[in-house]
Amino acid sequence: MIKRSFIGLLKPRLEYGSIEDTPSLKQIPTPKEITILSNCPFDKKNLLLKKKATVKTGQKLLLYKESDEYVISSVTGQVSSISSYTGDFGRSYTAIAIEVADDEEIDDEFKATAGGSKDATIETVKNYLAFVPGNSPVKLFSDKSKPVNTIVVCCADSDLLITTNQYVVKSDIDAIKNGISVLKTITGVNDIIMVASQGQMHELSATGEKVKQVNDTYPSALPHLIMKDILGKEVPAGKNSEDIGVCFISAEAVASIGNAFNTGQIPVTKILTLVKKDGSKSLVSAKLGTPASEIFKAFNITLNENDRIIFGGPMTGSSVYSEDHPVQPDTDAIIVQDKEDIPVISDYPCTNCGDCIRVCPANIQINLLVRFLESGQYEEAADQYDLHSCIECGLCSYVCVSGMPIFQYIRSAKYELGMANTAEATNG
Amino acid sequence: MADNNKFIVSHAPFWHDGSKISTRNYNMAFAAFPAILLGIIYYGMSAVGVISLAISSAIIWELAFCRIAKRPITIGDGNAAIIGLLFGMLLPATAPWWLVIIGTFVAIIIGKQIYGGIGGNAFNPVVVAMAILMISWKDIFDFNEALINYDFDFAMVYPLAALKHFGVSAVDSFSMGDLLMGKQSGGIGATFGIGLIVGGIYLIIRGIIRWEIAFSFLFGVFLTALIFNMTDSARYAGPVIHLFTGYTLIGAFFLATEDSSSPVNFIPMLIYGAGAGLMTVLIRNIGVYVDGVIFALLIMNLVNPLLDKIKPKAIGKVA
Repeated sequence: MIKRSFIGLLKPRLEYGSIEDTPSLKQIPTPKEITILSNCPFDKKNLLLKKKATVKTGQKLLLYKESDEYVISSVTGQVSSISSYTGDFGRSYTAIAIEVADDEEIDDEFKATAGGSKDATIETVKNYLAFVPGNSPVKLFSDKSKPVNTIVVCCADSDLLITTNQYVVKSDIDAIKNGISVLKTITGVNDIIMVASQGQMHELSATGEKVKQVNDTYPSALPHLIMKDILGKEVPAGKNSEDIGVCFISAEAVASIGNAFNTGQIPVTKILTLVKKDGSKSLVSAKLGTPASEIFKAFNITLNENDRIIFGGPMTGSSVYSEDHPVQPDTDAIIVQDKEDIPVISDYPCTNCGDCIRVCPANIQINLLVRFLESGQYEEAADQYDLHSCIECGLCSYVCVSGMPIFQYIRSAKYELGMANTAEATNG
Repeated sequence: MADNNKFIVSHAPFWHDGSKISTRNYNMAFAAFPAILLGIIYYGMSAVGVISLAISSAIIWELAFCRIAKRPITIGDGNAAIIGLLFGMLLPATAPWWLVIIGTFVAIIIGKQIYGGIGGNAFNPVVVAMAILMISWKDIFDFNEALINYDFDFAMVYPLAALKHFGVSAVDSFSMGDLLMGKQSGGIGATFGIGLIVGGIYLIIRGIIRWEIAFSFLFGVFLTALIFNMTDSARYAGPVIHLFTGYTLIGAFFLATEDSSSPVNFIPMLIYGAGAGLMTVLIRNIGVYVDGVIFALLIMNLVNPLLDKIKPKAIGKVA
């Protein structure tokens, strides 16, 4: 954890993690059972997938009737349970547990349909590659209401400590090249921009694509700031970059798409950065759905009461309540925090010290905003104090002298307002 | 599951830079120490008495209020201690014990707690207390009168009072060096210019006070005094006298910069500081009071919420 420097007048300087050479990658053996989480809320009545069904590695599993949501099985085996899982903000997921069989069989449906990179179509990608490592946003490509005119490939990692995308760039640049040509073929978009950290510039400029350099301090690599500083387009408050025709995709997702067409197999192995209690980092490769506990076992990490497991980076990730939480397509990092290192959140009021104002990349009047959020006046916060301009970097909470959970206030306010708007829309 | 450890599940970010309210306040006490030290050297045990009583009574008032109002006990954050300390620094060393206790009562209870405690106060608690006491018992704050029994190797005169009553010629004898070294009459911790400046710069470097406010306040005092001086140098003293006498320096670094009663955006901070500086000299030169810092700050505290409406445009904000 980076502490405030003695000279507090300066802004905190949080540098992104970087890797030299190609670090070794530890393969986690396929566990006995994996769990796949689908974003679909659990709905027992319309379930298509049955218990005891046998699945093959890389097989597409449709979940519900009248829905084209699917997951890709990362192992060969038998479905042992299908249940509901509740995540942040009470969101419901469908959790599919699969017992792993001894012999692995590769599903060949994708190979039969897809053909080579030249024959790639948007339909194939949408139907088979929405669940690949790196969390590919393929649905956005076929959304007619929001045409994509620029694709940004993030080769730098957006949160601190993480080096996952950087590793993929180092180790699998050919797959990324292939992935980009597939993206060009299927979307017809020629404006593809690779966003890279300084150390990657040399390597990536060799690909012949357009490469832009991103600053090496947090939060420069967050999508909203890339939009503003590199593309010169400000995303209107409350909107996403997709709304103005720019689609972000991680280097790992591009590599997965490239590899899928190269090999005829849907990739099922996720690269992730593991940060141990002492702060040391390792790169890990694990099948999607591998429980975190398997990774901890491989690294001899013991967890004690009141420690914290974080999926994602230290600024924007989310903590989980079970050691068995599975690796998902967007799990770029798993961080283990010792209970001694967990900063205390307090219920102290804002003292108006102004540190958050200095650090906020979105110029939000946080000292006033937070007073409205604390009293639940979300509408006023949104109308007068730029709630929707927040780009969710978390720096306000990081510097808060009072130790207020400002970032969480902002997120829950956005969530509540979103819920209220949905309710209004449905009730007319 | 092998064992059933319970983990901490909370929200991002999972890092914190380790800053704390108590660290800020104790650093502030540290920064104020040089100025107090000189006061103690000059005035001896009575200065120690006033400062100690101010700090301890402020803490006790805060403790009492928290108990009675059934709120969490907040004396550990050092804020009450700092309020007491700064209040003590403004007082003459001869201030009677009851005045100190009433003052800290006003500062803690009326200045801070009735607004909901730390962060909620619209006015600087120390300034509120001083304003009320100065109006109620103005003889005690006549520094010439109060400190008449002290005899040092320098002219034991309160420069601003001399200026007000006898004109510019009365303060001719004060050189800038003497004023900075505290060779003047005044509050216990308000006269040692160099000590206050060093403390203030320390706080600025540590990022504890906002430099924009401190410097714009000093600039406001300087510019306004200069303009007055240029229009009629026989009636109005030059900027040096105004900068290094009275509560100007302690006001710039310790009072105007109080967190919750001052703005946080860049332009508002400049207006706030410069406005307080302007008001200070106006009150000193054409008002009835000898020193204007306290009232100038109260007035600027009042406009602070309006000033903070001047804010930079947020990302992606439409219109």
